[in-house]
Amino acid sequence: MSELPLSATADAALQAAPATKARGYWATVGRRITRDKVSMACALVLLLIFLSAVLAPWLGLEDPYKGSMIRRLRHIGTAGYPLGTDELGRDMLARLIYGGRLSLVIGILPVILAFCIGTSLGLVAGYVGGKLNTAIMRTIDVFYAFPSVLLAIAISGALGAGILNSIVSLTVVFVPQITRVAESVTTGVRNMDFVEAARASGAGPFTIMRVHILGNVLGAIFVYATSLISVSMILAAGLSFLGLGTKPPEPEWGLMLNTLRTAIYVNPWVAALPGAMIFAVSICFNLLSDGLRSAMDIRN
Amino acid sequence: MLAYIARRIVYVIPIVISVALVCFLLVHITPGDPLVAVLPADASQELAAQLRAAYGFDRPLPVQFGLWLLRALHGDLGNSIATGRPVLAEVMRAVSNTVTLAVAAAIIGFTMGILLGLIAGYFRETWIDKVATSFAIAGVSVPHYWLGMVLVIIFSVQLNWLPAVGAGPNGSNSWAWDWAHLKYLVLPAITTSVIPMGIVTRTVRALTGDILSQDFVEALRAKGLYETGVFRHVIKNAAPTALAVMGLQLGYMLGGSILIETVFSWPGSGFLLNSAIFQRDLPLLQGTILILALFFVFLNLLVDIAQAAIDPRIKRG
Repeated sequence: MSELPLSATADAALQAAPATKARGYWATVGRRITRDKVSMACALVLLLIFLSAVLAPWLGLEDPYKGSMIRRLRHIGTAGYPLGTDELGRDMLARLIYGGRLSLVIGILPVILAFCIGTSLGLVAGYVGGKLNTAIMRTIDVFYAFPSVLLAIAISGALGAGILNSIVSLTVVFVPQITRVAESVTTGVRNMDFVEAARASGAGPFTIMRVHILGNVLGAIFVYATSLISVSMILAAGLSFLGLGTKPPEPEWGLMLNTLRTAIYVNPWVAALPGAMIFAVSICFNLLSDGLRSAMDIRN
Repeated sequence: MLAYIARRIVYVIPIVISVALVCFLLVHITPGDPLVAVLPADASQELAAQLRAAYGFDRPLPVQFGLWLLRALHGDLGNSIATGRPVLAEVMRAVSNTVTLAVAAAIIGFTMGILLGLIAGYFRETWIDKVATSFAIAGVSVPHYWLGMVLVIIFSVQLNWLPAVGAGPNGSNSWAWDWAHLKYLVLPAITTSVIPMGIVTRTVRALTGDILSQDFVEALRAKGLYETGVFRHVIKNAAPTALAVMGLQLGYMLGGSILIETVFSWPGSGFLLNSAIFQRDLPLLQGTILILALFFVFLNLLVDIAQAAIDPRIKRG
């Protein structure tokens, strides 16, 4: 019964093959993701936030550090202060836009660092195997014994407050997760025929990893890493929110949320603004990562 | 089954020891003198040395670790530097409040997650699915400490229906199951429940979709089984994985409660951790992290065993 439809789809796939074959894998993925409206909308929002953060000094904004005791906690929509002012009378719009600089760096940098470290560790563990694999993966297991929020806060708490320490602690949280994914995809690829062929033709382990394996595993690890950015943004801002990351008067969304907490009875919606920024960036990265995942899944 | 349980327990022992080592070392990567919290600024060298010896900080690291582990095994995690009270008692009292919060959040989050996930899985690619998935994505993307603030703004500041902070009337620190206390639980529990809600929804949706597209479901329907009967098969097949995810989530709620407990001044383990960090109370910091991590490890062990109990295939693997 099931023979007929199966061979029919196989035929259809064969006929369709020449048309899709002309395009490379990444070009196909690119085409698929640009057709996905949700992904493109998210990419646009992120691009706007990124650009405004980078171009902040040239946007004609108020000084994000300059406060005034007479114009504290103005409401949203006040003339001259479209998003109100904070507890020290600083312009919220300027602080939110400037805040993107630090918030995005401390949220994204740990994932980039962990991506580099985790991919290398996982690649070596997966390709070399044996005792080295056991050593790396059992060490990784220890970090899995901690809930990630607890681990991040424990390391930051022990190292003390500071941007650098918060980046270090988040990197330590994400390295095990990326290593595990990298190791499992590498193990899946290392026994394939083309790797065997490369080895037979005399390629050394480093060349095989770099040329033959990396290209085949990087996509999967990359998608996984993008899905971590959202968590990383929330955690990085969370560390600042607790007072373990950025120090005042630096504009940063998590820290702003913390200092504005005392103002929720006076001017609640201004106090909630920095969190809305974190939410927006986090949800856009999540949706974009989902879009990328389904664009890279060529089965459907 | 017993052999499987024994194997799992043996596998946990090295993990527990390494977790203890990480907790112990955390204190020693700390810059500065661990005694800075108790030592008066003008203390003499002699007094400092005396205190250092009293807390055992003057011995070599491996010796300190051995002694610390030995004492920890006897339930002695030392005394808090700030309050002088035994760490274990402090942590356990706080953990009980965190457990109350986590269990309440789990009930809300898991129920919602399972319902939304099943509905989304059954009505894939329809608007119902889209609404449920949006909820799930919002749940995993929202900075939960901010959601807590927004809920406080709406329900405490604007509507004045529920209290904003604390765990009971008049700053009460001990939990009781009455309406006066329950009112304090509502907002923190809802806030804590959004992440597990999102993750459980996504898991259950994916599982339901996968199971429904398998041949055996077709066969069940072909032989004339009612949809309720098919549904029972779906539940049975989804249960082991869903259970594992929920167990992990419960562990995250117990260990990751610090942000929410800070927002709501909930007197739990996260709140304790927060004060331990900022008072540089290292024995308390060490002890709290150790207990929370051990909870997490044993919860994972329980989930593994429960999973094997309902799905015999796992035991063989």
